[in-house]
Amino acid sequence: MSTPTIAPLQVPATSSKQRGNIGYPENKPAWLFLAPFAVFFVLFLVAPTIYMIISSFFNTSIAKSGLGSFAGLANYQEMLTKAEFWSSMGHTLLFTVLTVIPLVVLSFVFAVLANRVGRGQWFFRLAFFVPFILPSATISLIWVFIFAPTNGLFAQVQTWLGNAVPTPVLADPSSAMIGIAVATIWWTIGFNFILYLAGLQDIPRELYEAASIDGASPWQQIRFLTIPLLSRTTSLVIVLQIIASLKVFDQVYLMTSGGPGTSTQVALGLITNTAFTDFRSGAASAAAVLLFIVILAIAIIRQLLERNQERTA
Amino acid sequence: MATQTVGGSNTSGVSAAAPATRGAKNASQNSTRTFNVICGVVLGVFAVIWLIPSLWAIKTSLTSNAVSALGTPAILKDTSPTLASYLTLLKGGDIWHWYLASFVTSAVTVVLTLVFGSMAGYALSRMRFRGRNIVFALMLAGIMIPGQVLVVPIFEGLGAVNLLNTYWAVILPQVPAVIAVFVFKQFFDGLPVEMEEAARLDGAGYWRIYRSVIMPLSKPVLAAMGILSFVNVWNSLLLPLFVVSNPDLMTIPVGLATVQGSFGQRYSDIQASSLLGALPLVILFLFFQKRIVEGVAGTGLKG
Repeated sequence: MSTPTIAPLQVPATSSKQRGNIGYPENKPAWLFLAPFAVFFVLFLVAPTIYMIISSFFNTSIAKSGLGSFAGLANYQEMLTKAEFWSSMGHTLLFTVLTVIPLVVLSFVFAVLANRVGRGQWFFRLAFFVPFILPSATISLIWVFIFAPTNGLFAQVQTWLGNAVPTPVLADPSSAMIGIAVATIWWTIGFNFILYLAGLQDIPRELYEAASIDGASPWQQIRFLTIPLLSRTTSLVIVLQIIASLKVFDQVYLMTSGGPGTSTQVALGLITNTAFTDFRSGAASAAAVLLFIVILAIAIIRQLLERNQERTA
Repeated sequence: MATQTVGGSNTSGVSAAAPATRGAKNASQNSTRTFNVICGVVLGVFAVIWLIPSLWAIKTSLTSNAVSALGTPAILKDTSPTLASYLTLLKGGDIWHWYLASFVTSAVTVVLTLVFGSMAGYALSRMRFRGRNIVFALMLAGIMIPGQVLVVPIFEGLGAVNLLNTYWAVILPQVPAVIAVFVFKQFFDGLPVEMEEAARLDGAGYWRIYRSVIMPLSKPVLAAMGILSFVNVWNSLLLPLFVVSNPDLMTIPVGLATVQGSFGQRYSDIQASSLLGALPLVILFLFFQKRIVEGVAGTGLKG
């Protein structure tokens, strides 16, 4: 897995011709090479982050230019005491739990099975991975139709199974989020599947052969060989999944628009609603900063874990 | 719910597995084979389950609107497939605007990301300069910034410079994909430096070395990153949804999201439009299957 980690300063590969800056002969060309990307990096990542933090302390409105009047901590106070904010955070968390566990467990099982089965790899890739490259709009339209109340495919299956009054999955507050989660699992499992397959292919066959000579059953091999050896992949998959789930927006917006009522409203939905429907971008920024902090904390934990693993590896 | 049934049959699949010891020859070879067959069957069942939603969408899109409005049994019983929905959409015109917008924004973004990202990656991989560690740390921090959360300030910034409702509003914010810089850096780190040194002795400057030595060697990583970021940009919804409101400039996902209401009960048209929106990516996948899979496995990239 080539995820970035801080690399030690390398010995320069190029011959150091003395030009201007002693010790840093490559200052000028290096910055020229960095400049185009750096401009975009500053304009579309650094500056918006700073502006978001600043405007969270102001009554900024997207209907008017400028920051608006100073609000102090009022935006944060409003968000932290608003039931809507906490329920959207709760729904985001619920979505995270509903998706991360099946996405990790199922993709692991699929990959272990696929690794055992020599033939038909293309078929499994096609089945599990193709949904991952589809637009969220496509998967949402497909699943909204499957979950259509009364005569959709899922309602029909329920009827065949003897349920005379099939649950309208997305129209029922208690099951709408489960419906979104099912669509999401179907959509993104291919990503984890591929990561696990790559991890499995790195495990030397001899290890399994040695284990089976020692009399280990397939189940024991999976328990004591595969799972521990894939722990790096698993922690990567879990963290990536959690971060992706906390940022959920597309499927919710497209499948239920946060409804019925606000039963599936998630954090990013609340943020965009506050900014683009209520025009209160200052308040939206406060909520965004709070979500930002949560995601950042998890991302930092991931970096620390990874560095730890590299040290012990 | 579906998840539970899926999880349930899984575990039983694993625990029902026959032992696969290779100690005693014949018996164990047989049992390994049996075990692998069971694995294949279980996985095959899941694969089929995974195909059902797509097949259902295809089947519905090939049914007439009148039939699909009657519900599932009618669609299942229908035996006269028709391309009517596809023809209506392709004649209607909207979808061509969306295709154009998605192609232009995705292609331009990918080119800018690849060129600028590889240049930055080259500098970080090969050059020693003041502030290198700070640049590195900033990039690492950048990788952790959740871009979607920034949609509100980006919208305000684009509004301030009058770029809302242009292709640029979709393109520019998606160019700085920090992961690309790291992928390129890592790839360049693995390239031998001898060729560059030879070129340098011939008097080539950094730019010429980058262009005529490094880039030709980087085709595999350029292809992998290019395809992945194309898919990412093509599929992005949040940013284009808010920065573009002119229907003529909408990308595929935004177009699909906005018209789904106006389609009403025309379920076949809805499914056909959603499949048409995904079609270019499916074609891309069929052609570059290996590159896409390798790219995903190598970068751990996720939108």
